[in-house]
Amino acid sequence: MDKFTKLTGIAAPMPLVNIDTDMIIPKVFLKTIKRSGLGVNLFDEMRYDRQGNEIEDFVLNQPQYREAEILVAGDNFGCGSSREHAPWAIKDYGIRCVISTSFADIFFNNCFKNGILPIVVSEEEHALLMKDAEKGSNARITVDLEAQEVTTSDGEVIAFEVDAFKKHCLLNGLDDIGLTMEKSASIDAFEAQASQARPWV
Amino acid sequence: MAPKTLYDKIWDAHVAHESEDGTCLLYIDRHLVHEVTSPQAFEGLRMAGRKVHAPDKTIAVPDHNVPTTPGREDPSNMTEDSAIQVAALDKNAKEFGIHYYPVSDVRQGIVHIVGPEQGWTLPGMTVVCGDSHTATHGAFGALAHGIGTSEVEHVLATQTLIQKKSKNMKVEITGKLKPGVTAKDITLAVIGATGTAGGTGYVIEYCGEAIRDLTMEGRMTVCNMAIEGGARAGLIAPDETTFEYVKGRPHAPKGAQWEAAMDWWKTLYTDEGAHFDKVVTLKGEDIQPVVTWGTSPEDVLPITATVPAPEDFEGGKVGAAQRALEYMGLEPGQKLTDIEIDTVFIGSCTNGRIEDLRAAAEILKGKKIAVKRAMVVPGSGLVRAQAEEEGLADIFKEAGFEWRLAGCSMCLAMNPDQLSEHERCAATSNRNFEGRQGYKGRTHLVSPAMAAAAAVTGKLTDVREMI
Ligand code: SF4
Repeated sequence: MDKFTKLTGIAAPMPLVNIDTDMIIPKVFLKTIKRSGLGVNLFDEMRYDRQGNEIEDFVLNQPQYREAEILVAGDNFGCGSSREHAPWAIKDYGIRCVISTSFADIFFNNCFKNGILPIVVSEEEHALLMKDAEKGSNARITVDLEAQEVTTSDGEVIAFEVDAFKKHCLLNGLDDIGLTMEKSASIDAFEAQASQARPWV
Repeated sequence: MAPKTLYDKIWDAHVAHESEDGTCLLYIDRHLVHEVTSPQAFEGLRMAGRKVHAPDKTIAVPDHNVPTTPGREDPSNMTEDSAIQVAALDKNAKEFGIHYYPVSDVRQGIVHIVGPEQGWTLPGMTVVCGDSHTATHGAFGALAHGIGTSEVEHVLATQTLIQKKSKNMKVEITGKLKPGVTAKDITLAVIGATGTAGGTGYVIEYCGEAIRDLTMEGRMTVCNMAIEGGARAGLIAPDETTFEYVKGRPHAPKGAQWEAAMDWWKTLYTDEGAHFDKVVTLKGEDIQPVVTWGTSPEDVLPITATVPAPEDFEGGKVGAAQRALEYMGLEPGQKLTDIEIDTVFIGSCTNGRIEDLRAAAEILKGKKIAVKRAMVVPGSGLVRAQAEEEGLADIFKEAGFEWRLAGCSMCLAMNPDQLSEHERCAATSNRNFEGRQGYKGRTHLVSPAMAAAAAVTGKLTDVREMI
């Protein structure tokens, strides 16, 4: 997995609430058996018309946001389907950090498994960052995972919470499966005990 | 000992390892797999030279993008990309030696219908699947939730999931339901009350008389949509209704094992005085047949209501409502019962079981549809066979419904069953998101009886007028 340490970049504002995973990556693009190549279809139905032409108004089609690496999004981002294609598409586009007031559970977890940092901030902090993002490419936001801080283009610092284990994995690019396999003795012991206690399973 | 909730009890029985910070390895009893979210996970195993840790606890079935029309055993009758995913699942199931129900098997169907039907889902288990509606299995008092593809790979490789304990919410539905009100109306009404993010970070336990009175199928409908309320999982404590349903299923325990299982299952309830982080109570008699007007499952109203205006909302929801009204082609103040419907879809893991088909057929008996098209997609081959045996299929066909083979179909429209632009559908599925049932398609979520009523009148209809 790719590491995430510190990032300074353009943030794209998407104030819409309840952006679901169908909007992030419509299901027609789920018929792949690979993880890569989904970035061109990120937000597909909001980004292109039926003929495949870009919809000018859409934030990522505006010249100042094309290179965005951060997304400042409305409440309950990533709700709906569990498709990991959503973070794959976000990552493939080049976005490494999403900031919102809340995220849907499964999406939130999926981000960490793909080198994306989702950050939850308060409503006031969110409003501040949204305003900053609206300034376009002149405003660069810095996200520092080690320090757990977001710094606005005006130098204002916002601290954020992150689960210690998830932070550790993200900072070091660690693969969950490898880490869990180191605990295989515990798993074996559990299985031995459970097959006694609940043999019907 | 401190009193425990049902969630606490199941959780405690499955912790294989706990780190100092409270991160646990939760042991998984059943892992359900389908063709869309698993290919990358199996590929990952192969690349790392790993095996499936517990193939006998892993069950695969293709459902999301299989066609629901005859002849689908032949891959040339599938779109090319669907055929590739189904072929990948075939290959992975064989290579890794997991249980498998191919499309040619009468037991094939939607993964969340097949699991309970075959007795794979049992009380007190942990159940996961790379699909958000895994919450369905919570109806058995199993801790069940959706996972992403990386987690699918993690469970395949280790039979565990890295988890932290969620908060616990109690949703109580007191009293009795009024006639014409169903499990679907309960679950939509709860989301309407809590919002789509109201359950985020929680595991919900549904309880109360109205929940107790539900059949297992109704309970599955309720838990199915826990995820639409943002919850990680929904749970209902097992009782006689549960045990009765489970008994005799192909993979349910038998003989002495059944007795031993029952001894444990009977302890699976929330102790008196156990702590919940949040409590929501609705009165059963207040719940009416409901329908969604917008593009989020929380956009729910009683069928007797009118379409709201954006100004009726606050904050970010004003813009969302504006956008939803535009997308849905609706005007504020319009009566919901004046909304004309083009298409009716009965099916999905929310409402594709035999009782759902019975409820719809009851309304349709001897009537004809007044919509452009209507389809029934049974949740499994076995549901389909039973409906044929009971004469329900004939009622549907005579009314003008298409009678399809089992799968997810127009619930997510990955196969050719899709709405066209602006086509308006009354659907028994669980999501009304933009584009969910087809590009620019418009979805109104309803119960099976309400869907049948809409099919007959050509409009959203209060089913209570027809019973
Ligand atoms: S029926 Fe719909 S909600 Fe259920 S598993 Fe299939 S696609 Fe998902």
